[in-house]
Amino acid sequence: MQSPASPPDAPRRTRFSWTYFASPATFYPPAGAMIPWFAAAAAILCAAGVYVGLLVAPTDATQGDSYRIIFIHVGAAWMSMFLYLVMAFWATVGLAWNTRLASMMASALAPTGALFAFLALWTGALWGKPTWGTWWVWDARLTSELILLFLYIGFMALQAAIDDPRRADRAGAVLAIVGVINVPIIYFSVQWWNTLHQGSSISMTRAPSMAATMVLGMLLVALGFWMYSIAAALARVRSIILERERRTDWVVSEIGKTMGTT
Amino acid sequence: MTWGVYWSSFDAFVTMGGYGLYVWGSYFVAAAALAIEIVLLVSRRRRTLRMLAQLHGSDSQ
Repeated sequence: MQSPASPPDAPRRTRFSWTYFASPATFYPPAGAMIPWFAAAAAILCAAGVYVGLLVAPTDATQGDSYRIIFIHVGAAWMSMFLYLVMAFWATVGLAWNTRLASMMASALAPTGALFAFLALWTGALWGKPTWGTWWVWDARLTSELILLFLYIGFMALQAAIDDPRRADRAGAVLAIVGVINVPIIYFSVQWWNTLHQGSSISMTRAPSMAATMVLGMLLVALGFWMYSIAAALARVRSIILERERRTDWVVSEIGKTMGTT
Repeated sequence: MTWGVYWSSFDAFVTMGGYGLYVWGSYFVAAAALAIEIVLLVSRRRRTLRMLAQLHGSDSQ
């Protein structure tokens, strides 16, 4: 089978290329256009998940209604770990290929990741009190999640302390990469150590041990948090782009457009 | 699997079988945290646009 040869006079720009969006100037407009879609998806998924979790799902036989914390606890914990991996990925790309936008993306993800790490700990404490009789215990799962929050805060503090943005990017990237080791430790901590924390509620290999409505509520909120994180990170990276590129011609013309429309 | 509302009364929904403080404490703080981040994101964008308008002169205003 032979593919037809493209006409010699075809303009090269019609070929879609991901590297085209690797520059802050070309990424800024589509990022802004995507925010409302991800925000709307986040609102719908979170509302549906909370509806199922708080109103439809039945009371748990052993934990009573305290288990309803799971619907935000699991999604927040997943996102706190996932966002760290994404942040470390972009920080690595920025460090290895010296691409500004990748480093900006890493910086944009850190506060949202820290927020979800805090929420995982907060909801965990509120769940631990009625089920274990204590707000906090220094076991492997809880301690490693607390370290994750400190890694996010350390990343942001380190970048804020360095004036030169590219040096701040590199220093933050090193911290982010070293901290990646903590993510598998959190994930497998319930298997590797004896801990108060219960094992995974959801597994890819076996049937879920929970009612279908419980699983659905949990997945809906987790998906909603994911969409929210994308919207928040895109909104933040756009501000970071404008701040860092403030002296470039494209920002000047972009500002002219924004001022003209509002 | 039923998709109707599980609760028999509004009171039972609010008290959450005695776990109301823990359940609602989780949901309200989560909602507040996301709301605060959204407010901070919007205010950061406004601040950035103001800074840029100042930096590049206000001939377009």
